[in-house]
Amino acid sequence: MEILEEKKNKNRKYKPILDRIPDWPVYQLSKNRKEFIEEVTRKSVERIHELRPNYKQLIDDLQATAYREQNRIKRNRWRADPKDDAQFWSMVKNELVELSAKNPDEVQPKIDDLLERIVHRYASEIAGNFKPNSYRFAREVIKFWFARLLNGARVKKFGAFFRNQYSLRDKIHIVGKVKMIRKLAQKGTVVMVPTHFSNLDSILIGWVIHSIGLPAFIYGAGLNLFNIKIIAYFMNSLGAYKVDRRKKNLPYLETLKMYSNLAIQKGAHSLFFPGGTRSRSGMIEKQLKLGLLSTAIEAQRSLYNTEGEPRKIFVVPVTLNYHFVLEAPDLIEDYLHVKGQDRYFPEQDKYGSFQLIKFLIKFFGNRSNISVSIGPGLDVMGNYVDDEGNSLDNSGRIIDTREYFTSSGQLTVDRQREDEYTRMLSQRIVTEYHKINRVFASHLVSFIAFEMWVKKYHQLDLFSLLRLPEEDLEIDYEEFKVVFKRVRKQIFLLKEQGKINFASHLKGNSDVVITRGVDNVGVFHLNRPLLKNKRGNIITKDLSLLYYYHNRMVGYDLEQLI
Amino acid sequence: MTLNNLSDKPVGVIGAGSFGTVIANMLAQNRKVLLYARDPEQVARINKEQTNKGYTLHENVLAINDLAQLANECEVLFPIVPSQHFRAMMKKLAPYLHPYHMLIHGTKGFDITLPPGETIETMKTLDRKMVKTMSEVIKEESVAVRIGCLAGPNLSRELAQRQPAATVIASHFNEVIQTGKKLLKSDRFQVYENNDIVGVEIAGVLKNIIAIASGALSGLGFGDNAKGLLISRGAVEMVYLGRALGGDTKAFLGVAGIGDLVTTCNSPMSRNFTVGYRLAKGEKLDQIVADMQEVAEGINTVRIAKKCADHYKVRALITDRLYKVLFEGLTVEEALEFLMRYPLNMDIDFI
Repeated sequence: MEILEEKKNKNRKYKPILDRIPDWPVYQLSKNRKEFIEEVTRKSVERIHELRPNYKQLIDDLQATAYREQNRIKRNRWRADPKDDAQFWSMVKNELVELSAKNPDEVQPKIDDLLERIVHRYASEIAGNFKPNSYRFAREVIKFWFARLLNGARVKKFGAFFRNQYSLRDKIHIVGKVKMIRKLAQKGTVVMVPTHFSNLDSILIGWVIHSIGLPAFIYGAGLNLFNIKIIAYFMNSLGAYKVDRRKKNLPYLETLKMYSNLAIQKGAHSLFFPGGTRSRSGMIEKQLKLGLLSTAIEAQRSLYNTEGEPRKIFVVPVTLNYHFVLEAPDLIEDYLHVKGQDRYFPEQDKYGSFQLIKFLIKFFGNRSNISVSIGPGLDVMGNYVDDEGNSLDNSGRIIDTREYFTSSGQLTVDRQREDEYTRMLSQRIVTEYHKINRVFASHLVSFIAFEMWVKKYHQLDLFSLLRLPEEDLEIDYEEFKVVFKRVRKQIFLLKEQGKINFASHLKGNSDVVITRGVDNVGVFHLNRPLLKNKRGNIITKDLSLLYYYHNRMVGYDLEQLI
Repeated sequence: MTLNNLSDKPVGVIGAGSFGTVIANMLAQNRKVLLYARDPEQVARINKEQTNKGYTLHENVLAINDLAQLANECEVLFPIVPSQHFRAMMKKLAPYLHPYHMLIHGTKGFDITLPPGETIETMKTLDRKMVKTMSEVIKEESVAVRIGCLAGPNLSRELAQRQPAATVIASHFNEVIQTGKKLLKSDRFQVYENNDIVGVEIAGVLKNIIAIASGALSGLGFGDNAKGLLISRGAVEMVYLGRALGGDTKAFLGVAGIGDLVTTCNSPMSRNFTVGYRLAKGEKLDQIVADMQEVAEGINTVRIAKKCADHYKVRALITDRLYKVLFEGLTVEEALEFLMRYPLNMDIDFI
């Protein structure tokens, strides 16, 4: 199997914008970790009281929380959970039971105390622990081993393992508004919101941030990642804070949002995956989780309320583009399972440290490149900003973001308004994802092949289609090529309109591009989603997987061209 | 807290048609009102005579011709201009708007943007990328986000006489609804709240189609059984079309849906009704349009709704027949005959 080389990567090395780690906001945050947790606790408790003005509601919520937490401990326990979890929550439950017998005056101070302990516990659980030394160490380790893997796997000569011919920079293309994000990170606080397809994203994006010379970001990383020991180590040292998606109770969610809100206010560049979880279907996220996103808006409003020149917050969408997603078979299985039967399933990660290393070797051994597109900076309302950080309207007029938060010239706090703003921002981010999405040949051939089968078997629904025997699935190469050319032309047109982006390898002779696509799509899965048979026709060994890779191109109205 | 601060600022009304004038008068009960008109002569005349479109103006209303002044002095604006001119008006207004502005429009029509070189006649079907509601136009053309709309059974003449009536203010923002409510509510005018702005807008637009049909039935000399039939089937058709265009069923059952529909279908005063009435009397569309002083939004709505129905494959029989009557030379009698023979017997199947 011949895999064609990607065009020589022109990525250059960027100087760090802040040389000394002690200057980094994330370092400041972890240096004062204890005080910060106290502040998060205090303000979260205030907020919870505001949301639950009477004690009856509050007690109901605490009871529900204790009940759910105990359920979680019984049913879905993770390695990353604190050891005393069960003990703590049974204590909470007992105290609540005792209180139910007492009269209201006695109860209230006790409830306050209990709430504070719960919130404090959550805040400590969430808080990251950035340490400069382990950050540096982790960074070097990642660089060193990645280089070894790359060179060992790619340069087929004796001693290649110790060469430095290739670096991660050749593997990962960073395209888009790099200069802009560097400038914005100096002007204000950056909130980076990438798409989420694979567990690898977190490490990858950490490397990207370092590589374009930005100081470490604080991360919202799924607690499930901390179950994998190697990742847990790196995440901790890279400044991650933990997001536990199993906990949906009010005190937890408010604490988490307050943590993010205050960290952003303190100028810590932040990153979270607004899709909330890896895209199960392989589609670019359409619905974002609004919780963490709302913290960017709230933080911005709070900053406008402070004295002096307010720091501006910039939202930067990022898309990660792969030929191959390690977890694809499980993700799409989950997706189809849910979509097909509408049943809840517990989240499981089958990948331990061993599988991860295996994957990394595969990943670096093959020439399947990754590209990261950095989108243009937006203000918290989703308006584009210029290099100086000024928000612009559609006609390029400079607008004052503060005015979104005022009435009659006064800054006003209106939560319903901000909820609506959050929804608008999320729509803007989704639109931007589609614009900066970088189409690979592998995405395109998957899309076309799958849609051609959909069209051929138009009387079948998705699930019947996926059950078709493989013998029935064969597309004549010449037919495929005709459609391919037509769709590719449309993509070129969309790119001119600024609605999509594509990798340079998509241009040129269509036979070459199709071959590249077919050879690269999901290249290391046991069953290849797409292959050419002896007659040169297009076949599949796993239609569900093909569906997964196909989904990447959904949302551009390309179906009608098939 | 916001509202108290607002009270010293005037409220703006854009568009001095009859509805705009009546709304300006209603707002003037509590506030100073700036009424914007495009034509400088009309502005001069209004200020001199204190009347417009046959209505005497409240002393708090001042007509102006300057959009910059309007946007600078007012934080709340009520754009009430015909849908064909709405986008152009927004383009002119946009440079003066700020994110704190509140725009509550009262225009019941669609905006269409076609690919270059196409006209509405040449387009076979239309989809939601080309057909926009007024709130969407405001959002596309300006930085304003606090957008709301006003819809309901609001015949200008009856409002001016202070007869009891109600309206819906729809917005995603509570502050917009509350501000609009505070500004408009009186002992003769009830204001309801809704947060499905697109649904309310679409309901207000689509009812114009049924209003033309209702006029046509009257023109043929039919009575109340026929009208009851039309209104109920018309309401069902509105729900179907409305859902295809992105509204929620509920909006169509409220004041802006059923409420407005019943009023317009019973009102010989309404322009859309008049169009249908005269069609049934055998007049041609061009004659009717030439005679009218103000735009009957319904004519354009029929055209747009029919092409949207074709695109989204929604069965919209009344709209479709009316389209043929208006633009393809079918007579009203033939259209009616078709509808009466159509073999469809399910009463309600959308709830």
